[in-house]
Amino acid sequence: MPGLNFELGSYSELFMLLAAGTYTVAFIAFAWDLAKSSATLRAIDERAARQQGKATVTVAAKQLVGAGAPAAPSSGTGSASGTTAVTADSSMRYSGERRAPARVAVALTILAALIHGAGVISRGFAAGRVPWGNMYEFLTTGAWLVAVVFLLVLLRRDLRFVGTFVMALVIIMLVAASVAFWTPVGHLVPALQSYWLVIHVSIAVLSSALFTLTFSMSVLQLLQSRREGQLALGRDDKLMFMRLVPDALSLENFSYRINTIAFVGWTFTLMFGAIWAEKAWGRFWGWDTKEVWTFVIWVVYAGYLHARATRGWTGTRAAWLSIVGYLCVVFNFTIVNQYFNGLHSYSGL
Amino acid sequence: MTETVKKPKRGRKPEGASSSRQDVAVPALGPIGMLRWAWTQLTSMRTALLLLLLLAVAAVPGSLFPQRPANPAVVTQYLKDHADYGPWLDKLQLFDVYSSYWFSAIYLLLFISLIGCIIPRARAHWKALRTAPPRTPRRISRLPQYGTLVIPAAQGATASSALADAAAVLKGRRYRVDTRDTDGERPHLGAEVGYVREIGNLVFHTSLVGVLVSVAIGGLFGYSGQRTLVEGETFVNTLVGYDQFSPGTDFQSAWLSPYSVQLDKFDVRYDRESVKQFGQPIDFNASVTTKDSPDAPAQKQTLKVNDPLEIGGTGLYLVGNGYAPVITVRDGKGNVALQGPVPAIPTDAVYTSTMVIKVPDAQPDQLGFVGFFLPAAQLNDAGIAYSADPDPLKPQLNLNSYYGDLGLNSGSPQNVYNLDVKNLKQLNGRDLPAKGIVLDAGQTYKLPDGKGSITFDGLKRFIAIDIRHNPGQVPALIFALVAVGGLVISLYTGRRRAWVRTGTAEDGRVMVEYGLLARGEDHGLARETARIRKALQERWGLDGPAGGSTAGTPADNG
Repeated sequence: MPGLNFELGSYSELFMLLAAGTYTVAFIAFAWDLAKSSATLRAIDERAARQQGKATVTVAAKQLVGAGAPAAPSSGTGSASGTTAVTADSSMRYSGERRAPARVAVALTILAALIHGAGVISRGFAAGRVPWGNMYEFLTTGAWLVAVVFLLVLLRRDLRFVGTFVMALVIIMLVAASVAFWTPVGHLVPALQSYWLVIHVSIAVLSSALFTLTFSMSVLQLLQSRREGQLALGRDDKLMFMRLVPDALSLENFSYRINTIAFVGWTFTLMFGAIWAEKAWGRFWGWDTKEVWTFVIWVVYAGYLHARATRGWTGTRAAWLSIVGYLCVVFNFTIVNQYFNGLHSYSGL
Repeated sequence: MTETVKKPKRGRKPEGASSSRQDVAVPALGPIGMLRWAWTQLTSMRTALLLLLLLAVAAVPGSLFPQRPANPAVVTQYLKDHADYGPWLDKLQLFDVYSSYWFSAIYLLLFISLIGCIIPRARAHWKALRTAPPRTPRRISRLPQYGTLVIPAAQGATASSALADAAAVLKGRRYRVDTRDTDGERPHLGAEVGYVREIGNLVFHTSLVGVLVSVAIGGLFGYSGQRTLVEGETFVNTLVGYDQFSPGTDFQSAWLSPYSVQLDKFDVRYDRESVKQFGQPIDFNASVTTKDSPDAPAQKQTLKVNDPLEIGGTGLYLVGNGYAPVITVRDGKGNVALQGPVPAIPTDAVYTSTMVIKVPDAQPDQLGFVGFFLPAAQLNDAGIAYSADPDPLKPQLNLNSYYGDLGLNSGSPQNVYNLDVKNLKQLNGRDLPAKGIVLDAGQTYKLPDGKGSITFDGLKRFIAIDIRHNPGQVPALIFALVAVGGLVISLYTGRRRAWVRTGTAEDGRVMVEYGLLARGEDHGLARETARIRKALQERWGLDGPAGGSTAGTPADNG
């Protein structure tokens, strides 16, 4: 067993702090992007209102999204004043439009993720093992994966609208790790010394990161679908910035795709956990509190997948299931780890 | 199951057919009708979904209340602490959630619903596999993915040759193709791909039933037991060798293979590097000698946490450890009444351990001792001894002693780790003139009133091992792996239908229209359409935008 390197460990913590700070600036930039774009949109609307009858609205909106397509026909277009509900492309692909604050935000996120990655990796080297042996490490590594997965998805799709949300969650995770779950560099207890720690926990972190993304998208979906309903009734648009967010249906479809990946990942988490449990405790399933909650999460997301195929359960209800599933993930990590007695008591607290 | 409800349930409701009947106003549901109705309800997607969610909710109380199978002692304590409502919770089986009637009812209903869904769908899919792709819709342009191509007259193609080309392209993309009306004016074809999606779906759900059955097999034919083993002791795999044994419902003792395991040495290493986790164990290592049968050659092996021993069809798991002080007790007559290691149950991270020593062979009175073992004894400011470290830096016994009838001859079972002092007279104790017994290693203490003596000879370690046999384990793993395979296939392959219709215009050009439709969730349909278009264009030497006039792709008419 390699020795502990406390100096490297303290550098790791410094990196985490720096990363949290950079994420915070990125968060502000993402928020600024939303605010600024919504101001731009409002200006366009006002101009459109002045030149009524000339159908400038669509043209102006088009200019804004460049060569992008109009929103899907289902997205509840047209309130009384002639505004479109959504200007974002429903395919979530990049358009030609320049959004300077969003670019700054993404650049900052990349920078933060690099620093954060240095923190995670140095922590691993400091402890001489994979950096997910206790709650502090799980959370810092998990937050890093959330940021990385978000950036990876950004390569293919324009999900910058969800940036504020994702950054907020990453910051919360980092702050919670440093404040509530902080644990110094240390060795693993014998129960955790297994290659299954590498396999089981890494997949659990990755799935949780994906669930974090879909949680954000499901919340936006609920907001958007409510807003679409309001606009269809001819009410005022109270959430102007939501125009940058794709229509509820596209959000639902895209988060479904991510959720299927996360669900397969969670299935592996459950299975590999069972195999490890057999090795460590002699039985592959024993309804330990953590096993119970992992199972509950699996069943909730299985319900989500089924809901997507059940008439009357798509849309809002499916989004709620996705949110409930994520709340179970959070509950499983925080409350179950700390307050429930069980064999998984490795919080290191 | 995914994607059931996108289409109506097959064969259950003869819609339209009954509307013309006279008796339609009187829905005379006999008992069979009722059963049919109940069955339809149970196997509906909505019910399955509700049962799933109910299962998730029902599993939660098992994490809120202590559970008997995992922790019977905690349940007993809980019932003692909450005498008012504890028994009510017990009546609701909240301490045995996962074997309770209500939990079993939910998952059994869920699995019946599942089977009721799998069978008709498997049958329907079997049929679909052997029938031609569905008929061509009259207006292909209504499909979610649609496009047209025009082959110039110069190429000399005909409607039927173009259709043959399209069929070849689709076959090359592994579609099952059925050409129709090939010699007609507007020949057309229907094609379908991705039958494996439904197969994956069925395999996934069938495998879940397999996992459940495997678990049941484990419960029926498996067994498990526990044994504490002090250094030097040997465990022989017979019923008497176990401290505790829980057989499966259908267990027979003849199944136990007569292997033996001797614990030679148990080593523990503690963390001496980190500050916060100082003294936390970082390695448990049991060196054992095993024999597959009494006559078999001895083998040296190591048993570690996360690294069980496989022997005689069972797994041996290292689940606990502690200290076993070696004690000699002489009775009032001066004879050795007890000699050997006595396991002490550790209660915390520094191995503060509770000790119970029963000496039924002592004469004229039986003797009993209760107290603590401390591996690194220290005195705190109040003069109370505590352990400062898990390593045996200063091993010490702190005991009270009793004499009288231990009650071991009464026939009622007793816990070896618990001394009932009700009928005993106390000899030593904090409040007695003789005070408590404090023994360091090697020391002897003479009991008051000539009742005998106790010597702390030395220290050994013991391990607690779980011995388990679960014949359902391997099948459960195989079914689980197959299930994941099926899940991945059903989630990531697309079941797609394609139709092509061709026709020759008056000027000799051949017009081709094509359309695609997905069954179930399929985000890749547009991409697939584009690929087919590209393949057709290459075949006919056409060029043009990849997207063409496909309905799903944006067309900026601004």
